[in-house]
Amino acid sequence: MTQLLLNIDLSLIDWSRAQFALTAMFHWIFVPLTLGILFIIAIMETVYVKTGNPEWKRITKFWMKLFAINFAIGVATGIILEFEFGTNWSNYSWFVGDIFGAPLAIEGIMAFFMETIFIAVMFFGWNKVSKKFHLASTWLTAVGANLSALWILVANAWMQYPAGMFFNPDTARNEMLNFWEVLLSPVAVNKFLHTVTSGYTLAAIFVIGVSSYFLLRKRETLLAKRSIVIASVFGFISVMALIFTGHGSAVQVATHQPMKLAAMEGLYEGGQEAELIGIAILNPKKAVDNDEDPFLFKIGFKGVLSFLIDFDTKTYVPGITDIVYGDEENQILPTSERIAKGKIAMNALIAYKEFKAQGNTEDAKVQYDILMDNFEHFGYSYVKDPKDIVPHVPIVFYSFHIMVIFGTMFVLVFLIFAWLTIRNKLENFKFAKILYIIGIACVPMAYIASEAGWVVAEVGRQPWVIQDLMTVDAGVTNIATGAVQTTFWIFAFIFTGLLIAEVSIMLRFIKDGPAKPENEGGKQL
Amino acid sequence: MITAEITHLFFQQYWWLLVSLLGALLVFLLFVQGGQTLIYTIGKTDKERKMIVNTLGRKWEFTFTTLVTFGGAFFASFPLFYATSFGGAYWAWTVLLLVFILQAVSYEFMSKSANVFGKRFYETLLFINGLVGTLIIGTVVGTFYNGADFSLNMLNNVTWHNETRGLEALLNWHNVSLGLSVFFLARMLGALYFILTIQNENIYKRSKKQILINLIPFLICFLSFLTYLMLKEGFAVDADGIVFMEKYKYLHNLLDMPIVLITLLLGIIGVLWGVLKTLFSKTNFEKGFWFAASGTVLTVLALLLIAGLNNTAFYPSYADLQSSLTIQNASSSLFTLKIMSYVSLLIPVMLGLAIISWRAINKHKITDDEMNDENEKSY
Ligand code: HDD
Ligand code: HEM
Ligand code: HEM
Repeated sequence: MTQLLLNIDLSLIDWSRAQFALTAMFHWIFVPLTLGILFIIAIMETVYVKTGNPEWKRITKFWMKLFAINFAIGVATGIILEFEFGTNWSNYSWFVGDIFGAPLAIEGIMAFFMETIFIAVMFFGWNKVSKKFHLASTWLTAVGANLSALWILVANAWMQYPAGMFFNPDTARNEMLNFWEVLLSPVAVNKFLHTVTSGYTLAAIFVIGVSSYFLLRKRETLLAKRSIVIASVFGFISVMALIFTGHGSAVQVATHQPMKLAAMEGLYEGGQEAELIGIAILNPKKAVDNDEDPFLFKIGFKGVLSFLIDFDTKTYVPGITDIVYGDEENQILPTSERIAKGKIAMNALIAYKEFKAQGNTEDAKVQYDILMDNFEHFGYSYVKDPKDIVPHVPIVFYSFHIMVIFGTMFVLVFLIFAWLTIRNKLENFKFAKILYIIGIACVPMAYIASEAGWVVAEVGRQPWVIQDLMTVDAGVTNIATGAVQTTFWIFAFIFTGLLIAEVSIMLRFIKDGPAKPENEGGKQL
Repeated sequence: MITAEITHLFFQQYWWLLVSLLGALLVFLLFVQGGQTLIYTIGKTDKERKMIVNTLGRKWEFTFTTLVTFGGAFFASFPLFYATSFGGAYWAWTVLLLVFILQAVSYEFMSKSANVFGKRFYETLLFINGLVGTLIIGTVVGTFYNGADFSLNMLNNVTWHNETRGLEALLNWHNVSLGLSVFFLARMLGALYFILTIQNENIYKRSKKQILINLIPFLICFLSFLTYLMLKEGFAVDADGIVFMEKYKYLHNLLDMPIVLITLLLGIIGVLWGVLKTLFSKTNFEKGFWFAASGTVLTVLALLLIAGLNNTAFYPSYADLQSSLTIQNASSSLFTLKIMSYVSLLIPVMLGLAIISWRAINKHKITDDEMNDENEKSY
């Protein structure tokens, strides 16, 4: 990213990419908290309705107000993304709109509406509807938010692994063949589960972090401890599922996007018994076309990467060099050959269209067959140099390792908090203060891990906007670079302003603490 | 083959109807935007403004989500429009999105401590959203009848021929008259909504006055828009998909589809009835909002239907007539439209739920007391 931004002579594509990255990453600051905290709030409210204890209502309302602040800006940043496929990736939008548009529409009709409808009751209905109705609304808001994640992630998974479609040369676009294959592709399933559990994990960390602050200040200790009980148990279950599905995601990447996997692990020379890197420093001089050592320093585990992919240390894992230059033994075509076949496919498409226009169905059929025979390489016709199919290795590599290291750490954090609060030993614990500080420090780490995950997924698939089908250059809207630069800065400016306001409001809100118990003339926040 | 084409056309028309319906609901829900431009005109004290902001603040998300869904539904059903218009009219849409971003945070942030920019700042954002949002939506929809400046190549990739990227639509009076109509209409709807939902004598009186003030420019703009629309040439399509100019096309569309004509007339009557009854009834008539709102939905629905149905190009190009988009050449495949049609069965369910939620929240009018209740969420 920084490299993108520092270069002054940025082309249209780079600015369009930078703008998408900027807006998506801003959106993702707010979404994961929404995904998770709604369930935590719903659990709290359930306890309130079951026990009738007003303290639980107060706890519920406290987190709900924090949620409201976060939600507003999540919505504000989302609307840009929805239209950005059209504004900045219009060629892409036509090429795949027949498949990609559907999940987005379903998201609006089904998920966003559900959220909007029930959120109104959740926020304003406390004294207007029955307790049960209110509780149901809270749960349904949570479900609605998670459904919206489902559909957008289905769309994203389809870009990583286009399934359930065929190419229609007459319309020059991809058309849907099987809706279920799009919805239930293993990539989509893994992606959805991994992403929502990452939201749950982040939200649990958030609740623990804020509660730790109260404990450190010796305020609102009851509220804090009760919140931690719920958050740490919820968080522990979530993070286990997170790691399980993260592993699942990696297996999908290995299957469908071997180049991304190689970049994640800095693996240039592939082979059997491939190594899993625990921690390492990359050699900045290394490139596909030189013989430098990829690492300056590393701690790795031989064979573990192969093992993780299918429980066999002997499994062959291709490296970056193998994919670019080909590996006959393991039946990997050199990229130059795929480019040649891609061009054949592209030329056949053009010839097909011309014959069709002349009404020459016979020759059109011949071209059609050539096109289909080479269609799996179609996207390579846009690739200029075989080396261009390598994503930015350091960004992908470091992001991936940060995510994994933080994720493993959260397991411990949840375990310790859960153990101590459930046995009611938290405040007497010798290192309680340090633990609270760790709890607070985990909050930014969760956000970093979460953004890093997306960077792996999205930077790792470059230069493809749709894996093997369309490169980013082919998908971009034809518009003056200056226009995109301008909007980039407008968004950067506005979003940063809003973020500052949001963080400031949140911090003040946390500092002021929750409302005093009801009927004691508590203050309005 | 022929039957496949007929069914495809059926689904294309069905989706044009749905997209039009979403558009019509959106314009009705713009009462939130209209109301936002009246916060200071109608609310003279902090308390009055607080009531106004709160009655609108409970509904802004409906408008916002309808806009988002409108975009998504258009993408799924007519992806070529999504690609062509959003990518082409880049600035027009970007400006629209920007003012909606500003709105989304304003309600939640404005009354919070440490909100960095101060309450007045967020109120100004709401005003901008109300003014620019309504004007741009109306103006862009105007290009459905007047055309836009683009062409498409063999792979359906768009080229826009004007550096202003969509903002040039503002130079066409006919487009702008629609934009202004939407703006003044939204203000009247907003004021009617205050009358419906707020228990306060001053707000009631001032709202009535604002309805009268906005009625006059609304009538001027809307009637001139409608008259010119009926008299102008329209973008027609023949059986081979060739686009050509036809005199009185939109008038013909109304006459060819009497149901749409009736819808339009009913809609106009509804709006006028709601407004005039509120203004001139002796008893304090408070339900005018519902007549004007239903009237708005019907009117906009009818106007959008004549833009796309009956062999009309709904997104015409004046740069290259044959690049114009019709519901046939811009739509998704039959398969996708069918899948989406199953999904559309959810729309009535969602509308039903929305009505339940709306009624639960609006059961009682907003009062001064409620605004002071510490245990209620308020903005
Ligand atoms: C709190 C956040 C968080 C944490 C701790 C982890 N992840 Fe993650 N990860 C995400 C948040 C995330 C994410 C933001 O949800 C991503 C981005 C895109 C996606 O599908 O999920 C993601 C993507 C992602 C991908 C790329 C998927 C793709 O390219 O489509 C892989 C391979 C993993 N993760 C694997 C893991 C593993 C093995 C973890 C072990 C601890 C792990 N993640 C922890
Ligand atoms: C890049 C593609 C994305 C687009 C086009 C997009 C679009 C949007 C839009 C338009 C909204 C506002 C909806 C409203 O009116 O209520 C929104 C909010 C939301 N989005 Fe996204 N989004 C994207 C990425 C994601 C991802 C990856 C997730 C989850 C995994 C997600 C989950 C949510 C949720 C839960 C909300 C609710 C508001 C919030 O609290 O943040 N979005 N999104
Ligand atoms: C909200 C979480 C997400 C984040 C943080 C994120 C991050 C990014 C980043 C960093 C890039 C730039 C990559 C590069 O150019 O090197 C990017 C590009 C892109 N992403 Fe995402 N992404 C998210 C979700 C999504 C989703 C859900 C979709 C689709 C449904 C999507 C579609 C795209 C597209 C179309 C591009 C532009 C083309 C490209 O550069 O490949 N993103 N995103």
